[in-house]
Amino acid sequence: MSLASARKLRSSLAMSACVGSAVLGIAALAIILGALLWNGFSSLNLAVFTQMTPPPGSAGGLLNAIVGSLIMTVLGVAIGAPLGLFAGTYMSEYGRYSRITTVVRFINDILLSAPSIVIGLFVYEITVIQMGHFSGLSGALALALLVVPVVVRTTEDMLNLVPGSLREAATALGLPRSLIIRHVAYKAARAGLITGLLLAVARVSGETAPLLFTALNNQFFSTNLNAPMASLPVVIFQFAMSPYKDWQSLAWAGALLITAAVLALSIGARILGAQKTSK
Amino acid sequence: MTQAVLSDHIAAAHGDARARALKGFKLGDVAFHVLTKSSAIAVLLLLGGVIVSLVHGSAPALGEFGFGFLTSQAWNPVTEKFGAGPAIYGTLVISFLALLIAAPMGFGIAVFLTELCPHVLRRPIGVAIELLAGIPSIIYGIWGMFVLAPVLQTTLQPWLINGFADIPVLNDLFAGPPYGIGIFTASIILAIMILPLIASISRDVFETVPPVLKEAAYGIGCTKWEVMRSIVAPYTGVGLVGGVMLALGRALGETMAVTFVIGNAHKIHASILGPGTTISATIANEFTEADGAMYTSSLIALGLVLFVITFFVLAASRLLLARIKRQEGR
Repeated sequence: MSLASARKLRSSLAMSACVGSAVLGIAALAIILGALLWNGFSSLNLAVFTQMTPPPGSAGGLLNAIVGSLIMTVLGVAIGAPLGLFAGTYMSEYGRYSRITTVVRFINDILLSAPSIVIGLFVYEITVIQMGHFSGLSGALALALLVVPVVVRTTEDMLNLVPGSLREAATALGLPRSLIIRHVAYKAARAGLITGLLLAVARVSGETAPLLFTALNNQFFSTNLNAPMASLPVVIFQFAMSPYKDWQSLAWAGALLITAAVLALSIGARILGAQKTSK
Repeated sequence: MTQAVLSDHIAAAHGDARARALKGFKLGDVAFHVLTKSSAIAVLLLLGGVIVSLVHGSAPALGEFGFGFLTSQAWNPVTEKFGAGPAIYGTLVISFLALLIAAPMGFGIAVFLTELCPHVLRRPIGVAIELLAGIPSIIYGIWGMFVLAPVLQTTLQPWLINGFADIPVLNDLFAGPPYGIGIFTASIILAIMILPLIASISRDVFETVPPVLKEAAYGIGCTKWEVMRSIVAPYTGVGLVGGVMLALGRALGETMAVTFVIGNAHKIHASILGPGTTISATIANEFTEADGAMYTSSLIALGLVLFVITFFVLAASRLLLARIKRQEGR
């Protein structure tokens, strides 16, 4: 075999391996989504949205878990997002080239991928032990700590994209700096900031590990933040690991709900982001 | 005369209002600056707080067991003897195996997306992969337990056990019985889970290569493989390693995808088909049931170990990825 054809052969072998891995990888992910849709839809019915989590062996729904998840997610974002927004604002608007920004950015990137279960342990230490019991509030706090890094990152990136000439124009009109940031920079970066928020919500809505020992679980309907609170991911975990068929199919239904929510949020974020860049 | 007094008066009033307004602006400015700066510092304190609280919580266990905690295989809630050996071993082995599967495939997908894929499909496939990277890990876990584990138990695992039965070393690595769940299954789930992450980072990294470099190589007659291997790979090497490290950081700390299929056995087996445990799976499975201060403290100590490992892996990854970013800017 000539050198040229050997090289061509090697190249096409390597390239087929690449195509193969792409096909295999995408097929694996498609199979997972397929199984989720199949099992999820076959267990999905109206009762899932209207009834409480059942004791083993009887029919029921996921209402208390859905409500618990919504409460803790909303509260977590309400606590975490402003903190992240302000920190990101400082990094982009005040200290863009300062040393503290470099350090915060580095630490924030690490927090972004740090194991969420460790965040759960931290919140357990500072709230559950102090209060003496598990509570929805500590669950929300754990989620808030996961929201912060996502929001810091997107806020900084998005404010950095705002052209300096906008700020200069506002300064020339005599506006003080804090008003320039709030009324000019935030407005210009609004789509990006909302994108970050949606991504943060998507990130925390599927989080299970940090809720296991902060919010724990609750078999009954409860909106009391000072008491243990059910959440979809934790209920899915508990029900899927159980030997009861009813529980397992509820777990699939819950898994479908979470995935649908997360995908909807990330697609929404993506559409907003695309609008921003095409403008 | 009266008119002059009046205009003086008006000017003074205006001056007052102006001074007040300016003072208000200044106050608002300072307040906002302080608010944002303290938020930025709060992010630092957050990390500090995590470390301090983990050290504080794990002090009893680490004081009792010392450095032996890291290697000990004991895990006995009754006699209150605990060791992190099997959990650390399981975490490292599963993450390593997952990377072994996911890294080459992820690079392959990235090459496919940047070089081979028809242009109309590039964006949809790229977007699909990024969306999949956001799917919660519990979904992968539940799929692994109900779908993948039974399939592996009846097909691949018996085949591996019988196929390597007569080959030394490998027969220990693939020793039966086929449980379905275990280290091997957990690695596969984890690999599927970090695949989108590696693929999308690698693609971004590949796209930093200046087209003129590749065009020059194609111009002197290089094949696609030669361009990838000798031009793109050296140019992007640092970024690729950074991306893999980031995925490793995720894999090490991944909890739910692994907890479902790991089997939670505090033993180090030679066979990778056997059940095992990881740090995060141990904490997730046992934390709420732990009674006794030493038990809880040992679990928190496990969390500290995990945090320290992932911290260094993630820090290394960020430094490497920052380097490729600078290269791009040059």
